Amino acid sequence: MSAAGDIGRRLGSIPVVRRTLAVLLVATVVAVVGPALSPHTAIDADFDRILEPPSLSGGHWFGTDQLGRDLFVRTLEGLRTTLLVAVVSSAVSLVIGVAYGLVAGFAGGRLDAVMMRFVDALYALPFIFFVILLMVVFERSFLLIFIAIGAVNWLDMARIVRGQTLSLKQRDFVAAAKLVGVPTPRILLRHIAPNLLGVVLVYLTLTIPQVILVESFLSFLGLGVQAPATSLGTLVAGGVGPLESAPWVLLLPSAVLFVVLLCFNFLGDGLRDAVDVRLGRRDTP
Amino acid sequence: MLAFTLRRLLAAIPTLFLVVLGAFLLVRAAPGGPFDEERVLPAELEANLLAAYHLDEPLPTQFLRYVGGVLTGDFGPSYGYRDYTVGQLIAQAFPLSLMIGGLAMLLALALGISAGAVAALRPNTALDRGVMALSMTGISIPVFVIAPLLVLAFGVSLDWLPVGWSGSGGISRLVLPVVALALPQVAHIARLTRAGLIEVLESDYIRTARAQGLPTSTLLLVHAARPALVPVLSYLGPAIAGILTGSVVIEQVFGIPGLGQFFVNGALNRDYTLVLGIVVFYATLIVLLNLAVDILYATLDPRIRLT
Repeated sequence: MSAAGDIGRRLGSIPVVRRTLAVLLVATVVAVVGPALSPHTAIDADFDRILEPPSLSGGHWFGTDQLGRDLFVRTLEGLRTTLLVAVVSSAVSLVIGVAYGLVAGFAGGRLDAVMMRFVDALYALPFIFFVILLMVVFERSFLLIFIAIGAVNWLDMARIVRGQTLSLKQRDFVAAAKLVGVPTPRILLRHIAPNLLGVVLVYLTLTIPQVILVESFLSFLGLGVQAPATSLGTLVAGGVGPLESAPWVLLLPSAVLFVVLLCFNFLGDGLRDAVDVRLGRRDTP
Repeated sequence: MLAFTLRRLLAAIPTLFLVVLGAFLLVRAAPGGPFDEERVLPAELEANLLAAYHLDEPLPTQFLRYVGGVLTGDFGPSYGYRDYTVGQLIAQAFPLSLMIGGLAMLLALALGISAGAVAALRPNTALDRGVMALSMTGISIPVFVIAPLLVLAFGVSLDWLPVGWSGSGGISRLVLPVVALALPQVAHIARLTRAGLIEVLESDYIRTARAQGLPTSTLLLVHAARPALVPVLSYLGPAIAGILTGSVVIEQVFGIPGLGQFFVNGALNRDYTLVLGIVVFYATLIVLLNLAVDILYATLDPRIRLT
């Protein structure tokens, strides 16, 4: 995997990439192990200590919510859900987008034209409404959320991969592979796919904040993850009620969501500048 | 130009057909019927109910009936609001959403283009970096966070503006929802304007115009604006989708009885026909608005017409 190692070294030399990756790594570790280390849990209510302001000495670092639950642990749990959905849903969109783009780009001609026309048509649609429709129609579960969000965010990836494949298949090494009789699936997987790694990585990074936005949007409306599970969107929604008396219930989870989104946006921008690829349009909810 | 318009119009028809088909099938795939209740209905009664709503017909017939209805503006009855048709609910709620969304779009364009232009005219100065940092912040704060933050700042702490819809009348209750809806789009538009304008200002024909001694205002408004705004125009489609999506949240936060609120309530109450009707309505709206953007785009940039 020298290609991957090379890309890794090149990206590591960009300051913004290093910094944002460090922040995201710390956030992930804290979100995963933090709740286990805390004396509080995300679901235990304590009605003697509702809406307690944040304090380091009082035991509740982020204060408590309307039910007296520790907001710090709840925020970490929410962050964990949000990151989990982000990673899995992005992986779903990665698989669909790369497969679609590879086939369209490699096939070319009429099939390519039809497949890309279909993508253009999908671009015009308000996808979030379809995700909500899915949430209404089927029993809500993590699996459904992963698939629904992933299944609507693959369009950019498909376009980029298709464009790259179109140009890669003109190259001599692909012609040489064809000439010596390498079967088409093997050409796609062994000769073309590895060369897409850099571009795919960039667009994966740009997909993640979009996925996070969709998930937290759904959870904010009460159409995403279901209690007792929580996500940053759910926590922000929960903070709207006690806004006047206890603004920290809104502000702290919002701040965490903001930092995560900011890091992914900076990371994606930094990577895109490094790899230097362009895309016409991008849908953000 | 006419050929281009017609071609795009024809291309929009299969898209819309696919949308209606997809949404319709999804809703029909839902487990359980609309009349499943705790109490088991007598078989005759249930058969009558199904017949009244044409649910006893084969699926293709139901679909054709639905499409036929949609074409004449009839989205069928609402399962949740028993006394209303979906069409009535949409007609009642949409004007409010349209007004707020339209105002937000105008605000986003005005603010975004000015901020981007200001940054592009002084690239790499503190002003430019400030505008860009602000817009990166704007992109990273979701609209459902911006809305309560604005309420907290301007409604609660400063107490300048009303925070809810009911109670206070007048124009002032529109300010916070419109601003909250516009801000993320302002950020995107500012970035696009800046990038487009910087690229154009470096081109040869602008240098020539400058060398001829044209004042900066003429340079910008007459020569640079048109090519520089093409990327902004191509972002209008996603921006419209973003504002529609955002309006769902905004109406929820501010308690505005618009279409977005009906949509969320319908979704939470499993009012299938209402949700289906609003999805079809919004999709049609977006496809038509995108068509308008495409035509505008081709007017501004003649090269587009050839593709």
